[in-house]
Amino acid sequence: MTQPVYMQEFREFAANGGGEGPSWLLPLRRSAIDRFAALGFPTPKNEDWHFTSVSPIAEREFRVAPAARIVKLSPADIAPLTFGRADWIRLVFVNGRFSSTLSSMAQLPAGVRVLDLATAARDEPGLLERHLGKIADYQHTAFTALNTAFMRDGAVIHISPNVELDTPVHLLFLSAGDASGNAAHLRTLIVAEHHARATVIESYAALSGAAGYFTNAVTEAVLGDGATLAHIKLQGESERAFHVGTLQARQARDSHLVSFSYAAGGELARTNIYTFLGGDGSGATLHGLYLLDGTQHVDQQTRIEHASPNTFSREVYKGILDGASHGVFNGQVYVRPEAQKTDGKQENNNLLLSPQARVDTKPQLEIYADDVKCTHGATVGRLDEVALFYMKSRGIGADMARKLLTYAFAAGVIEAVGVAEIRTELQALTLKRFTGAAAGL
Amino acid sequence: MRPVIGGRLLVVGYWWLVVEQYQLGRDNVLDIRNLQARVAGNDILKGITLTVNAGEVHAVMGPNGSGKSTLAQVLAGNPVYEVTGGTVTFDGRDLLALQPEERAQAGVFMAFQYPVEIPGVSNAYFLRSAYNELRKARGQDEVDPLEFLDIMEKNLTLVDMDPAMLNRSVNAGFSGGEKKRNEILQMAVLRPRLAILDETDSGLDIDALRVVADGVNTLRRPDNAAIVVTHYQRLLNHIVPDFVHVLSAGRIVKSGGKELALELEEKGYDWLEAPAEALA
Ligand SMILES: Nc1ncnc2c1ncn2[C@@H]1O[C@H](COP(=O)(O)OP(=O)(O)OP(=O)(O)O)[C@@H](O)[C@H]1O
Ligand SMILES: [Mg+2]
Repeated sequence: MTQPVYMQEFREFAANGGGEGPSWLLPLRRSAIDRFAALGFPTPKNEDWHFTSVSPIAEREFRVAPAARIVKLSPADIAPLTFGRADWIRLVFVNGRFSSTLSSMAQLPAGVRVLDLATAARDEPGLLERHLGKIADYQHTAFTALNTAFMRDGAVIHISPNVELDTPVHLLFLSAGDASGNAAHLRTLIVAEHHARATVIESYAALSGAAGYFTNAVTEAVLGDGATLAHIKLQGESERAFHVGTLQARQARDSHLVSFSYAAGGELARTNIYTFLGGDGSGATLHGLYLLDGTQHVDQQTRIEHASPNTFSREVYKGILDGASHGVFNGQVYVRPEAQKTDGKQENNNLLLSPQARVDTKPQLEIYADDVKCTHGATVGRLDEVALFYMKSRGIGADMARKLLTYAFAAGVIEAVGVAEIRTELQALTLKRFTGAAAGL
Repeated sequence: MRPVIGGRLLVVGYWWLVVEQYQLGRDNVLDIRNLQARVAGNDILKGITLTVNAGEVHAVMGPNGSGKSTLAQVLAGNPVYEVTGGTVTFDGRDLLALQPEERAQAGVFMAFQYPVEIPGVSNAYFLRSAYNELRKARGQDEVDPLEFLDIMEKNLTLVDMDPAMLNRSVNAGFSGGEKKRNEILQMAVLRPRLAILDETDSGLDIDALRVVADGVNTLRRPDNAAIVVTHYQRLLNHIVPDFVHVLSAGRIVKSGGKELALELEEKGYDWLEAPAEALA
């Protein structure tokens, strides 16, 4: 375990002002690093990490990028990663550091604030103090603790009451060049005040052969009464990289979190989507798609905590696993005694394309209220032989039929993506991946 | 010298073909001889013999579980069904030696009793892929999406289907009647030499029934043929068959003209000779 490396690094970081910021920040960092020291990296004995060993991360040394390693990129470099929308509000981070030159936050509508974390620490200390570190649980989760200790770059998005932001806010987290050994503890805060609406896209990508780096991202989201937050995470890290990313949300009355999580990158990757349905009538809709190949190990954990009456959750995760890849889905639904009339549905379907591919799926329902409606189901299977025969009986060759059905398996969940540009891109991507075709279906 | 011999051989070959056609009486499409098949360890088809010539429509009737769908599925090449005996010749080729997609490319089309849902693949893409596969197999160029739209328009009118259905996933969430209509649409687009309709009329309202029947009749030509599996005389009022066969316990126990269907409607199946095995 290289935990001491992080402790040493923290001492240096703290001695240098700990990234500066308001007076309460350094004590928060200190308490987080203490928690990290006490928790250590999780082992498979930890319920939440039963199917995933993080030793590939724990045994390596990752350090926050020194300024000298910042790679200069031009807008042309990132253009392919912008969904053809140069006009979106966009914050770009390269190897964990905010790049103001690549970012575009010019035309913010009234009532919308989008800042990088360091600027927010200077200009919006009140906003940060109210929420930062209050939702993401660093007391019990080592990676969140580590992130909280080192957080410096990331985004802060604030939507004022009743404001509906039509354009998505795109956070692009890039790794580029020789990023080996680099750690990026990205921290994002999203606050949607009452009856606000917004869409936030987090995309993770690697450029010019970046590999061997570690992304440790935490996003905290606060949803006020009647707020709607669409959160889209696109994890397209290098297949030779490590990724742990958490979205942790807290929802007030009648708010709605609409999450989509796509995971195709990483040698070892884990995405956590956690939400706390704290207000009457609030709900969460979670969709996920993971596409694995080679020797990838990609783990998705979701936790929906129904803590108020009349809350709902809808969840569909799908995985397609090829090669000798290993996928994990762990979907926790926790219904507190006071959460009567909870309505929860969870589904996880997996398609194995090769005999070596493997998936562990673990739906986990813990229900402490008596008047609830909760269902869950998980399947692990191969392509539907009946559908294959149907296609062949129409003259479509066996190989093409397989490819189309594989694509179709993924397509259902992609439909759930609310942003047309991203839906189209994901469709094209999966179509190409599974059929080699360029045209749309 | 050599070309002359070649020419004579060609001429001889031609005459031989003519004689062969003459001997068969008509242009033979499908020749099933003593076909036997099993599924899940049970013998279902116990020796089916049936000849279908161009221009003919054969109705296949018979009680539930008698093997009608099994026959249809075996002809289409469903690997779930194991052929244990007999031969099937389609346009002079050994049909049983072909893969399902090769059979379709050769001109066999089977409308499923229970059409399969394929969420995620649009009807338009599915049909265009099938259409192009068939063209490729015949050495023709593929058509692009725009050309295909043209072809679709006529056929949509034929089956009275809303073009919006093309953008939906294949059969996904379609009503029972819409699924059957979709089968006929596929048939109309693919223009098979042999169409096998497995209870395409079941579960249809009167209008849909007429649409399906009109579709079949419009596509009926002297150079193609159809096998229509049905339980109901009412379909045969619209699609008038040349022959009616009764399948019972995996055998054809009676064949006749279109009047046999009327007789069945009136008397049911009980009066028919029970198959030998049931008597034993
Ligand atoms: N895939 C299968 N697995 C197991 N048994 C099967 C399968 N397909 C057919 N059978 C059995 O074979 C027998 C014949 O079935 P088939 O579907 O051919 O009957 P059918 O004449 O089409 O009946 P219906 O009029 O009800 O459509 C039945 O006993 C059926 O249960
Ligand atoms: Mg049947």
